Amino acid sequence: MDPLDRYEPLVDDFAAFRAACERPLGHVARVNTIKTSVERAKRALDEEGVEFESPDWHPGLVKLDGTTTGRTWGAFHGWLHGQEEVSALPATVCDPKPGDRVFAACAAPGGKATQLAALADDRGLVVANDRNLGRLSALRFNAERLGVTSMAVTNRDAGNYSLAPFDFEAFDRALVDVPCSCEGTIRKNPDALDEWSLQRIESIAGTQQSILQRAVQATKSGGTVVYSTCTFAPEENEAVLDAVLDGENCRVVEFECGLETRSGITEWEGEHFDSSVERAKRVYPHLNDTGGFFCAKLEVAG
Amino acid sequence: MSGSNENDGSRFDRLPATAADRSVDGRATREEVVAFWHDRYGVSPTVFDEYTFWEKGAGKVWAFAGEMGEPVEIEALGMTCLRTRQEHWKPTTDAAQRFGGHATENVIDLTRDEARRFVAGEDQAIEWDGDWGYLVAAHDVADEPEPLGVGLYLHDELRSQIPKGRQRDL
Repeated sequence: MDPLDRYEPLVDDFAAFRAACERPLGHVARVNTIKTSVERAKRALDEEGVEFESPDWHPGLVKLDGTTTGRTWGAFHGWLHGQEEVSALPATVCDPKPGDRVFAACAAPGGKATQLAALADDRGLVVANDRNLGRLSALRFNAERLGVTSMAVTNRDAGNYSLAPFDFEAFDRALVDVPCSCEGTIRKNPDALDEWSLQRIESIAGTQQSILQRAVQATKSGGTVVYSTCTFAPEENEAVLDAVLDGENCRVVEFECGLETRSGITEWEGEHFDSSVERAKRVYPHLNDTGGFFCAKLEVAG
Repeated sequence: MSGSNENDGSRFDRLPATAADRSVDGRATREEVVAFWHDRYGVSPTVFDEYTFWEKGAGKVWAFAGEMGEPVEIEALGMTCLRTRQEHWKPTTDAAQRFGGHATENVIDLTRDEARRFVAGEDQAIEWDGDWGYLVAAHDVADEPEPLGVGLYLHDELRSQIPKGRQRDL
């Protein structure tokens, strides 16, 4: 049985969903505004004869036609970073401002963390953490190539993260883009579901919950925490939010994005979730021709 | 146990402002770092006004866009910027790309074809009337000059210093 079949009750036009999941994804890159402007990066692509389009919801992304990012001058100069289109969503929802202290809890290989730094004009602090030392070297490589100077990199377990190395007590914002079952990446990686099991989902949901809890605790009152996964499983999405809402002082808030999305769900296989999880957004592959994603914005209460 | 006047390569320590403030032997000072970029490449000292400089590892200097209490025991802080504790200080490729756009001296302009060979890691015989040593290599892209990285100019030859992992066939 295909693991995605269980989402038939959730997805309108399931045939279109299935068909989209079987189509490979095109190559997308984000313009890194730390090193250049969107306009100049696009001029460089024109100069090289690389054809591209930008999605309406995010003019700083380029969908490349017939080449990969790595083969462009823009990539060498750190102007372009290959990043799946929908992966650019959570950092835009987190929306850091110059001077903010931002926690990227599971940051490697760094696409979203470097995007956070760019959104804050590389002014402030992005603490990019990852538990996996091997993946941290990819994060550091990317951060340096993209010219990020406002990042501090740590190698810890995010679930019991300590602010001890730093001289401040709480973050202004956090991006909690957790390890997940990656069902939404099937278009990029056809092997993504080879290891799929319900047991695995339940185990990873526990890890996700502890990371999100810790991020909420480490963010100041009134601050923003964004929770995201690249999967459809309600056990990893709404159920994790529901559990964290239960134990931590925070609430799910509405946000706007130009993508076509569906609301978070409040019921799954007999379990009921807090009604506010509806404010989260589900991104299905057939709606915008992207990968699959889940994103929720939380406000930390006093 | 190492004395307090020795560099502890496992942590980030902020560079002293000037030689008079130096407590760790051989550590570069902020004044020297800013002067290096200015004297060698003509980069205005104001470019670094919002940066602090740190040492972690032997002579590896990092530029961080902000303030931080010290010492900091973490993996990375800002970006690697300069190799000191050697006869000729050497900017990193990434710092040359990030700050080299402000350079007015010791910048060697390459044609597109020369740039292509430079980023592939090749050494090239190129004429240059200026100083020998570490130059900022640049080329024009999207109608404006843009730094590529660091080249070592010696004996009428520009030696690409692009690290293996950053080299590309373009």
